[in-house]
Amino acid sequence: MSVLELHELTYRYPGAAAPALDRVSLTIEEGEFVIVAGLSASGKSTLLGLACGIVPHFHGGTLAGDAEVCGLDLEYNGPAELATHVGALFQDPETQVLMGTPRAELAFPLENRGFDAVATARGVEEAALALGVSALLDRRTNTLSGGELQRVALGAALAGHPRLLALDEPTSQLDPVAGDELLGLLRRLNEEWGTAVLLAEHRLERCLAAADRVVVLDAGRIACDAPPSEFLDWAHGAAPSLETPAARLVASLGLDPPPTGVKQARATLARHNLLPPAGEPPPLPRRERRSRRTEDAVLRFDGVWHELDRGPTILAAVSLAVRAGELIALLGRNGAGKSTLLRHAAGLLAPTRGRVSATGHVALLLQDPSAYFTHERVADELPPAELKAAGLEHLGDRQPRDLSGGERQRLALALIAADEAAVLCLDEPTRGMDRRAKAQLASALKARAAAGAAVIVATHDPEFAAAFATRAILLAGGRILADAPPANLLAGGWYFATETARVLRGHAGALTPDQGAAALTAWTAA
Amino acid sequence: MSYLTRASPLHAARAAPASAYCAALVTAILLTHNPLVLGALAVAIATAAAGARAPGRVARSLYLSLPMALVVALINPLVSRNGLTVLARFGDWGPFGQVDPTLEALAYGAMFGLQLALTVAVCALWSAAIDPDALLRSLRRVSFRSALTATLATRMVPLLAFDAQRIAEAQRTRRRPAPRTLIARAITTNALDRALDIAATLEVRGYASASAPRAARAPRSRHDLAFAGAAAAIAALALITVLLGLAPFDFYPTFHGSLASARTEAVSLAFVVLAAAPFGQRRGIER
Repeated sequence: MSVLELHELTYRYPGAAAPALDRVSLTIEEGEFVIVAGLSASGKSTLLGLACGIVPHFHGGTLAGDAEVCGLDLEYNGPAELATHVGALFQDPETQVLMGTPRAELAFPLENRGFDAVATARGVEEAALALGVSALLDRRTNTLSGGELQRVALGAALAGHPRLLALDEPTSQLDPVAGDELLGLLRRLNEEWGTAVLLAEHRLERCLAAADRVVVLDAGRIACDAPPSEFLDWAHGAAPSLETPAARLVASLGLDPPPTGVKQARATLARHNLLPPAGEPPPLPRRERRSRRTEDAVLRFDGVWHELDRGPTILAAVSLAVRAGELIALLGRNGAGKSTLLRHAAGLLAPTRGRVSATGHVALLLQDPSAYFTHERVADELPPAELKAAGLEHLGDRQPRDLSGGERQRLALALIAADEAAVLCLDEPTRGMDRRAKAQLASALKARAAAGAAVIVATHDPEFAAAFATRAILLAGGRILADAPPANLLAGGWYFATETARVLRGHAGALTPDQGAAALTAWTAA
Repeated sequence: MSYLTRASPLHAARAAPASAYCAALVTAILLTHNPLVLGALAVAIATAAAGARAPGRVARSLYLSLPMALVVALINPLVSRNGLTVLARFGDWGPFGQVDPTLEALAYGAMFGLQLALTVAVCALWSAAIDPDALLRSLRRVSFRSALTATLATRMVPLLAFDAQRIAEAQRTRRRPAPRTLIARAITTNALDRALDIAATLEVRGYASASAPRAARAPRSRHDLAFAGAAAAIAALALITVLLGLAPFDFYPTFHGSLASARTEAVSLAFVVLAAAPFGQRRGIER
């Protein structure tokens, strides 16, 4: 029995010139795990919104064609009616948890459906046990981390045992550990409860192994609807930016079939005697030796502490020297101190002990580029010459918040005078970005470094770090745990490691598929 | 303005009796004009704040309401024509007419300011000690949407404050910082965006189809009974004091009344004892 059935469905947002979904026909069966892939603005979020009814009932717009969700006609049934059958989870955990405690949050959808106290209490306990949030039930929601909030929001979506779960990039704001935990939960729910999952995700390598099907949207149309392995075959020729690193590694060695995950990739390599034996991870250099070379630094941290008044220590004795032309990836879990370190670099915060010094302007791009915009038109944000230099002159009449992620980032970078900065800091710039936009950003950062600027990027994305960085720093608990070339740091771990490094178990410090293929070729030749 | 997780009898009581207790204190504050009784109520609130382990929150609210209380105290002698003890003759102030502030009007303004400050303090105690989720649940059958709005406000105020800080930080890193009015507009726009996100979440959680839950009877704890009893006793004492004139005090035309009579002292003491009594029982609250 199908939980979502679309037939020749076309949907247009109010005032939009082009449809967000264009003659889409799609059926999702009970218990299926379906990934929705595609570049930004391809219609993924619209499809997810449609599955839970907020499209068109909340956003408005025009709908043509037929849509049924769990047997309910979407034309006559809105989110309130669909809430009984569909659970939904969006990107931002902060705006999805409404109540003061997880217990109240999990109870809220059940109470809305008129459950009595006993049934509500039972539903809350079951959802909490299934998601492993029992210990959090009576904590205040404002004390929960992003990962915990997202699990609570998932619990609220699941509390009524929905038949379909629609998730719009639920891991985009989580660190790799929390993201993997969430995806593991989804897999378990799908397998054990039989809940159908419709998941939009950019980082396909994290979830492809769990999927039954991948639906690719391109400009609102379905470009591919196939099992993961067939999707990877299709992507290799038609949409390389959707190909996973492991699939690219295997394809670049001329092997078949494309693997959907690390395990399959290893099996394929092993079948062809191409899997190097597991060895010691690349050694991390001693930090002391690096930190002594500080005479040519453009940014220096000397024993910097950030201790909150009646609160925890966020940075503990951080010493760091950043030289011109360096491309630094700052890695670590949520709460490790990455954002605080960047704020100190830009002078937004003052150390409680220690000293931060810079030889020139330090520009900082915070997580949300929209926070920089104060006008209704792009042209009002910048003088024409600067707008042209940023390559945004053709967007002068647009509302800044309506720009794509990459365009918003370029506008914000122009507003902070990134071109003139001696040090450019970016805080989680790839959140919600597709692989093509990430590649463009990596190129732009390399160009800035080539022009003499030092670049520091706080990121949760090891693939992106491998694509641009010449130095990687791992923070935990406000301390620098490791400061090393990316090959040493990103090839030696599990969570903070690229998929290629995980497939090759850190062999030769290869991080990208190209490096991996080259390393394997050299290894077999030897 | 947010709930504090504390192990106290007031936190352990259900939302309804705990709210009734705070409402009774506000009733008593607003019904009395006697400075000694108001002083006793101030002591009662301080005792309750200490008992609820939220003295800092209540003290901070007093500190924040002090300027408003002072303004009220100072404005009253300028606008009131009552009282016989003239402190100064300022003559004709145009639209304000003849301004001759009196001692009685100044004292009445101070009393009014004290009432205001104490009311704010009780509200601070209420927001610190009563779980908004529990309040929402108890009011669900009566006024679900109003209670939900209050719950969301409690949840969103810190979030919006964080957003405002984030936007202010972003503006500090711009080459040309934007004018304050534009930053204020950006913060408002952001708040509206957040509101839309929250509205979408409410929709997918089935808010629009929310139906009144069936009435559920839960056993009343010793703390529920203690605070309900204290609320009833404080409200009754406040009413009886006014109706029987147990602690009369008038400011106009000159001060007259029993500022320090035995009855007034007894009423004052009773308020403090009644407000403090429910905090004496600490069984079953340590978490």
